[in-house]
Amino acid sequence: MAVSRRLRSSWAPFALPGVGWLVAFFALSVYAVVAVALGRTDPLLRTAQPAWNPLDWDTSALTRVISRVVGGDLGHVVGRTFLFVLLALVGCIAIGYPVAYHAARGAHRWRKVLLVALVLPFWISYLMRMMAWTNLLQPDGYVNRVLHALHLQGEPRNWLDGDWYTVVIGLVYGYVPFFILPLYSVLERLDGRLLEAGRDLGATARQTFWHVTLPLSRPGLMAASVVTVLPMFGDYYTNTYLTSGSPRTEMIGNQIEFYLRGSSQPQTGASLVLVLMALLFVLMAYYLATTAREQKAAR
Amino acid sequence: MTRRRFPTLAAVTWLYVLWSLLPILVAVRISFNSGKSRSSFQAPSLRWYTGDPTASVLHDDSLHTALSNTIVLALCTMLVATPIGVALAIGLHRWKGRTAQAANGLVLVPIVTPEIVFGVALFLVFSQLYTGIPQGLTSQVLGHVTFTLSFVVIIVRGRLTAVGREYEEAARDLGATRLQAVRLVLLPLLAPAVFASLMVVFATSVDDFVISSFLSTGAGTETVPIRIYSGAKAGSTPALNALAVVMLVVTLSAAAVAGLVLRAMRRRTGMGAGLTEAGGLAGLGG
Repeated sequence: MAVSRRLRSSWAPFALPGVGWLVAFFALSVYAVVAVALGRTDPLLRTAQPAWNPLDWDTSALTRVISRVVGGDLGHVVGRTFLFVLLALVGCIAIGYPVAYHAARGAHRWRKVLLVALVLPFWISYLMRMMAWTNLLQPDGYVNRVLHALHLQGEPRNWLDGDWYTVVIGLVYGYVPFFILPLYSVLERLDGRLLEAGRDLGATARQTFWHVTLPLSRPGLMAASVVTVLPMFGDYYTNTYLTSGSPRTEMIGNQIEFYLRGSSQPQTGASLVLVLMALLFVLMAYYLATTAREQKAAR
Repeated sequence: MTRRRFPTLAAVTWLYVLWSLLPILVAVRISFNSGKSRSSFQAPSLRWYTGDPTASVLHDDSLHTALSNTIVLALCTMLVATPIGVALAIGLHRWKGRTAQAANGLVLVPIVTPEIVFGVALFLVFSQLYTGIPQGLTSQVLGHVTFTLSFVVIIVRGRLTAVGREYEEAARDLGATRLQAVRLVLLPLLAPAVFASLMVVFATSVDDFVISSFLSTGAGTETVPIRIYSGAKAGSTPALNALAVVMLVVTLSAAAVAGLVLRAMRRRTGMGAGLTEAGGLAGLGG
């Protein structure tokens, strides 16, 4: 027993460089955010004075940021972030579900071509995909010309001057490929016999969908939502890029970027990151609790 | 088994494909524009690739610096992250106990950490704690390795589960030391996963904007995504499109080569890490 345990634990040296790397550059980096947020700011030079020792922690800056988020000026930004992410998630579901379903269970002859087309965006840089849209949405761009040709719109308009729907559509465009793939892998493994059983037992196609297919695709929908929602909450480049940095579409990520890079107030920025992490932690905990409950129920 | 046909579903799907790829094709076409406009096409030319004496990708220093920065960064990241990640995957797969569980958790958390948290955390640790490490390319490589390490672990662990322990145990029974068994038996069996990891790390690094940007110190350390991003504000030319197209050709050829090599490996060994899997993992990063 003792020998076999020593043998097993002697695999640890293989993991050592990687674990050391993650401790040094991931765990300590996240700790640096905490240390800066709960540290002090030099009143003269406005540089951060991180508190590495938990005994020196000072929560006054964090409390100030939290009070600005709860009912203060940052509350609107956080509310807008939630709204944009929610609308973009609805868009991702509306587009992603039918596409993933068709790729997984329809599309016989063209399935290979379709799968390549669905994976292709992964190999195209995110910002290049956004750039493609800024090309199209210019006042003399193709979107306006197509709308004009179809008599849907008279005067050409600038889509890039800070409208919320440009940002939401941009977010959907950017993230829907990441939504489709995890959903596809779940729908593909879905047991077709269960769907047939539903039909054999007299359910209409619609009833089968609502009572059999949709509940069975829930794990896929949840996973796909997590994969897209987490990065969307931290997104600050899509809205900046698509609205030339209009304050009307500012999200929480813009504020974080502003405090850390634009104006050097690292303590405020770090505190905002902590607030964002807390929000995402709640969402993750909800996700993990539901999946755990569902797995238990399935057994 | 009869499968019902859903014409609406098929229509929605192909409309989506059109919607997702058409803008890219338009952007590619604009890169060959002879005029300065990035929204309407005049006549085909190579002006923004090589022709223009000051503003083309070939002649504008800031553009080809961004290009070489991106590729150097991705290659360095690939060469550092893959070996560390493969060793980490092998170690974690076998190493049991409470410490091992904690290490497992440490590998999984980066995957669900949004890039902005990653970027800020790395930015603060390099500016407050590791002040001796030169900012710029060095810190960008360190940051990208940290960001991509977990992807390597996940890909390789999938393959480790598929391979099982029999081959390695047979080698041990035949008198190989543990290290010999890993080197001569396990690593060749892991080859497809190692290769897939190299590609995923390369693609993730090339695509990354947030971490590169937070760790960039200015014009000399700009990457292609940073250059595209900053080009939105200043009046920019189709040279930016040309830059993006060059980058696109690099990543798509890497993907094509990867697909062919993985297929050859799969044929030889009977198993392989799927490209879809690799693409999906690259996507996890955002």
